[in-house]
Amino acid sequence: MSEATISAGAGSAIGSDEVVARRRRRYAADARLRLYGIAAISTAIGLLGVLVLTLAIGGYQAFVQTHIRVEFPLSIEHVDPGNPAKGNWRAVVSAGIQALLPGAESAQRTRAIGQILTNNTQFFVRDAVLRDPSVIGRSITLEVPASDPFDQLNKGVIKRDTPAANRRLSDEQIDWFDALAAQGRVSTPFNWGLIFNADSRFPEIAGLSGAIVGSFYALLVCFLISFPVGIAAAAYLEEFAPRNRWTDVIEVNINNLAAVPSIVFGLLGLAVFIQIFGLPRSAPLVGGLVLSLMTLPTIIIVTRNALKAVPPSIREAAFGMGASKHQVILHHVLPLALPGIMTGTIIGLAQALGETAPLLLIGMNAFITSPPGGVMEASTALPTQIYIWADSPERGFVARTSAGILVLLAFLIVMNGIAIFLRQRLERRW
Amino acid sequence: MVGYLFLAILVFSLVAFHVGRATGRNFAAPAGGQVHSLPSYHGAFVAVWVGVPALMLLLIWVALQGKVIDSLLIGMLPAAVTEGAAPAEISLILSEIKNVAAGRIFGQPTPEVRAAAEALLRWEEIARWSMVVVVLALMLVAMFFAHARLAPRFQARNSVERFLTGLMIAAAAAAILITIGIIASLVIESASFFNKVPIQEFLFGLRWEPQMAIRADQVAGSGAFGAVPVFMGTLLISVIAMVVAVPVGLFAAIFLVEYASEPVRNVVKPILEMLAGVPTVVYGFFAVLTVAPAVRQAGSVLGIAVSPNAALAAGAVMGIMLIPFISSLSDDALRAVPRTMRDGSLAMGATRAETMTKVLLPAALPGIMGGILLALSRAIGETMIVVMAAGLIATLTINPIDSVTTVTVQIVTLLIGDTEFDSPKTLAAFALGLVLFLVTLGLNVIALTIVRKYREQYD
Repeated sequence: MSEATISAGAGSAIGSDEVVARRRRRYAADARLRLYGIAAISTAIGLLGVLVLTLAIGGYQAFVQTHIRVEFPLSIEHVDPGNPAKGNWRAVVSAGIQALLPGAESAQRTRAIGQILTNNTQFFVRDAVLRDPSVIGRSITLEVPASDPFDQLNKGVIKRDTPAANRRLSDEQIDWFDALAAQGRVSTPFNWGLIFNADSRFPEIAGLSGAIVGSFYALLVCFLISFPVGIAAAAYLEEFAPRNRWTDVIEVNINNLAAVPSIVFGLLGLAVFIQIFGLPRSAPLVGGLVLSLMTLPTIIIVTRNALKAVPPSIREAAFGMGASKHQVILHHVLPLALPGIMTGTIIGLAQALGETAPLLLIGMNAFITSPPGGVMEASTALPTQIYIWADSPERGFVARTSAGILVLLAFLIVMNGIAIFLRQRLERRW
Repeated sequence: MVGYLFLAILVFSLVAFHVGRATGRNFAAPAGGQVHSLPSYHGAFVAVWVGVPALMLLLIWVALQGKVIDSLLIGMLPAAVTEGAAPAEISLILSEIKNVAAGRIFGQPTPEVRAAAEALLRWEEIARWSMVVVVLALMLVAMFFAHARLAPRFQARNSVERFLTGLMIAAAAAAILITIGIIASLVIESASFFNKVPIQEFLFGLRWEPQMAIRADQVAGSGAFGAVPVFMGTLLISVIAMVVAVPVGLFAAIFLVEYASEPVRNVVKPILEMLAGVPTVVYGFFAVLTVAPAVRQAGSVLGIAVSPNAALAAGAVMGIMLIPFISSLSDDALRAVPRTMRDGSLAMGATRAETMTKVLLPAALPGIMGGILLALSRAIGETMIVVMAAGLIATLTINPIDSVTTVTVQIVTLLIGDTEFDSPKTLAAFALGLVLFLVTLGLNVIALTIVRKYREQYD
């Protein structure tokens, strides 16, 4: 009887084929949705994997650099021991090259063979001699970076089996290189130049030091401005401000500022800091100012959350001991909230480090061959340097771009790691 | 010199703090009362009075000195040189004078320039030393007066706290100041752009060719500033991005909320967040190096000619960037639905899929819509991916394998390199920036309103 009433509602008996089929359909729909979810997540993770993999495969080669060992005879006729900086370094380099391969007598052939070495070889030799002038009159052995095509050949990017017409190197040039390799002169050590050299037009000696120093200065300026201002603003809004229309306006404002496209901040920086205040273009100071405007809302928001997390009992205890409102906040609440604030600040700075568009507008994409000496000197930043290299046609810059990105990502991972560490070790749960 | 002065101000303030604190320590309690403030507040009071006015004076001095000396220099140049000269010419002469003064002499400067350069050096010397003297004098005077006010019943703590409150209000107002700065700079530059190009032509014109001649003898286009193709391109790329990001992000959120076990969630969520932390320039490089060639290859397999800067590549990569954004906002929205609704549905015998599609999704829809709008606003304002992977030529098309340009690409290309602030080409970038700012602001306000309204329903 009871079975009949239930089955009347469902339209047929439990266990009938119709019901089983319907249940199977419903479960199938459930499994389908689950499958879609798994597919979506695998897509996202797979894409991240592809991204990292392409960068790693494209970039790992830039972490080593082909070097060629060359002895440069330093005859007194070319280099005056009294004034070595004025020496005829070009002649010294040709002399070194002539000794490399047999039959390099004609000037033309010497120049052709010389192209195996980087274009700046003479400056390498000069700097080495200036460091140790006692070698003048004898000879000096240096590991000189090979120029880009030969570097690519050594790394296997330029393939020997492509027809000579489609290759950047002729058969003769490849033979020269092989002859040098047979003499044991070719080595591929770790490419310290990638980190310690500044930018250059020649990929084999281009490095990130200018960009790293520029980014450091910009982040320093950004931190020095946005950290104190952000904490002060947050402390006021959270602890002191009366709830009225003005503070509402400020709150809405801060939330909206956090969502303004970064390029608009670049326009602001261009119009205000460069055009009106007359600050120099491309300077890390301007970059840091612009980044601080973008980081400020983030810092204010995290500071407010950190202040909110401090329990009222702390405040009440301090008030009970006769502290003034300022003393309560400064001496008790802020120190307790500081780990949370620091965590948020580091994450904000990590975002600022990866920000590119506003820096392009204020000219931090200039070609600059030495690290900046201060916040007012023209410089690039890590992300803009990556952008410049990504735009460069030379084959060697493709690998350098990936390598630059890996360096940038390493910095970001370290910063985020510090933030996570701080959160786990110092943040107090109430 | 300015750096030393900053240091001097710092040192003087520290000294003032110690002097004030020592004075405060020596106060004996007056008859029938106590000393009002702790000694360190007396110290802080003096230090504030010594440091802050001097600092402000120094900043104002540094800001104005160059302008004052420039106008003095222009004033001393003979009328024959300055009369009727364009501002650009005068600034050329000024920079020549400064070069000569700094010892970088190119060619033969005229006697006037030499004289002006000497005057410049002399004035800068005078200005430097008078700045030092004035700042130091100000600090000494301030120290004297502030110190004279210290007394046992003096409310040093209240003064210092008032100053701190003022500082905090100023910091909070800085946020407003930034917004005002953005709006003012965009509106002013756009206004002078609309003086040269009518606003209706900008908003409704169908041709965008901003590469116009700067000098009269250059061969270049006459310049056309109809921004509709640029807006269309932005929309096209953003729509492609949303087509990629919304399904993937939403299904990922559904899986994480309803199906994933705790350990799976703990692994998957940080990985998705990693995707959000990758700088956009990296995505741009990824688009150029990997996705664009892949799209082109796929096109040639299918026998379709794909433009090298296809909107599809830029849009798809932008979509990848937005996946974590959509998934985390949808995740929040789905989780905000009260647990009772979900449990009720499951208790009635509904499958998890039915609970999701019939109960949770409808309830969370406003929140998800808000998230999608926020993501759209991100897509519209995103710069690096499109700068690297999208085209420069504005074509009016909705074909995803064509090359289109976007608002942000145009802003960057118009402003990169040397910029003159009076050519329509430069100003057009600010007009585009204004449109971008207003559109993204509008989207954000709508999205936040939707999200907030919806949150209140269940609170």
